[in-house]
Amino acid sequence: MEGPNGKVKNLKRAIFRAGSSLWKMLPIILGTILLVSLVNVLVPRNFYLSLFRGNLFLDSLIGGLVGSILVGNPVMSYILGGEFLERGVSLVAVTSFILAWVTVGVVQLPAEATILGKKFAIIRNVISFILAIGGAILTVLVLNLVGGM
Amino acid sequence: MFRKLRGLGFGWNFLIFMVLAYFVTFFINFQIFIESLSFLIGLLKKVLPVFFAVFVLMVGVNYFISPNKIAKYFGRKSGVVGWLVAIVGGIISHGPIYMWYPFLADLKEKGMRTGLIATFLYNRAIKIPLIPFMILYFSWKYFLILAFVMIFASVINGLLVEIIVGKCSSENKLVHKEKR
Repeated sequence: MEGPNGKVKNLKRAIFRAGSSLWKMLPIILGTILLVSLVNVLVPRNFYLSLFRGNLFLDSLIGGLVGSILVGNPVMSYILGGEFLERGVSLVAVTSFILAWVTVGVVQLPAEATILGKKFAIIRNVISFILAIGGAILTVLVLNLVGGM
Repeated sequence: MFRKLRGLGFGWNFLIFMVLAYFVTFFINFQIFIESLSFLIGLLKKVLPVFFAVFVLMVGVNYFISPNKIAKYFGRKSGVVGWLVAIVGGIISHGPIYMWYPFLADLKEKGMRTGLIATFLYNRAIKIPLIPFMILYFSWKYFLILAFVMIFASVINGLLVEIIVGKCSSENKLVHKEKR
């Protein structure tokens, strides 16, 4: 049985380990927060809309790419996606945009690569990008099968 | 000076580079600088509670959960339970994705499967409090189908990452450097 002193010692050790791990990752997290804030202001929202071409396949790819680069709260992707849909962008493209927004992170890639490993980060993001397009096609296919929106 | 910067490691160099970028923006376009700064303050306000929560979770993992338990629930032979925990954990976790990297790196060091980390990160796409927004902009049907597709895709993502990267990657350079 472990005594109260042993428990306190273990707790102190746990706090120290967690604190030192976070401290070492702090600069990369702060750098990412600075980058996210700058990218959000530097790139105007209308710019993305002008990228869509009206071609179903190409637009899905563009939607995925735009979603991968943009960062922010997922709500923003719903708002922008709704806006794209209203302006005639296909539902597949909008869905791949929403999926890539939340699953692929080009801006966060340096942080992910440093903390979780370069190979892991690159492979995970590439697979997520492909799945964003595949997932979008599957979602719209199933949606059409059950009678649309 | 460059030798000193190299010695600091990528994290500090990246932070210094970003601070310099803000300095340059200050002189080139003051309006963008102010807007970025106000966005940054708003983001920091949102991120700080998550940072604290991640710290508490990391202390909890270090105190209560032994590497053996991690291996049981998230390790090589974790099975369906591991996938389910990664899916639910990803869905209920809150805040920006990068705030969870240290926590996941900690679990990875203790033996968590790479595929489960990828699945956890993918499932952060489904956010329960945001469901009303999704329904408002699209529809119930669309949300339900998308959620199922995302959960399905998260497992595919995890499996593919594991096939390519390996089940238990020892690539976590930062953690390994710390140990040395």
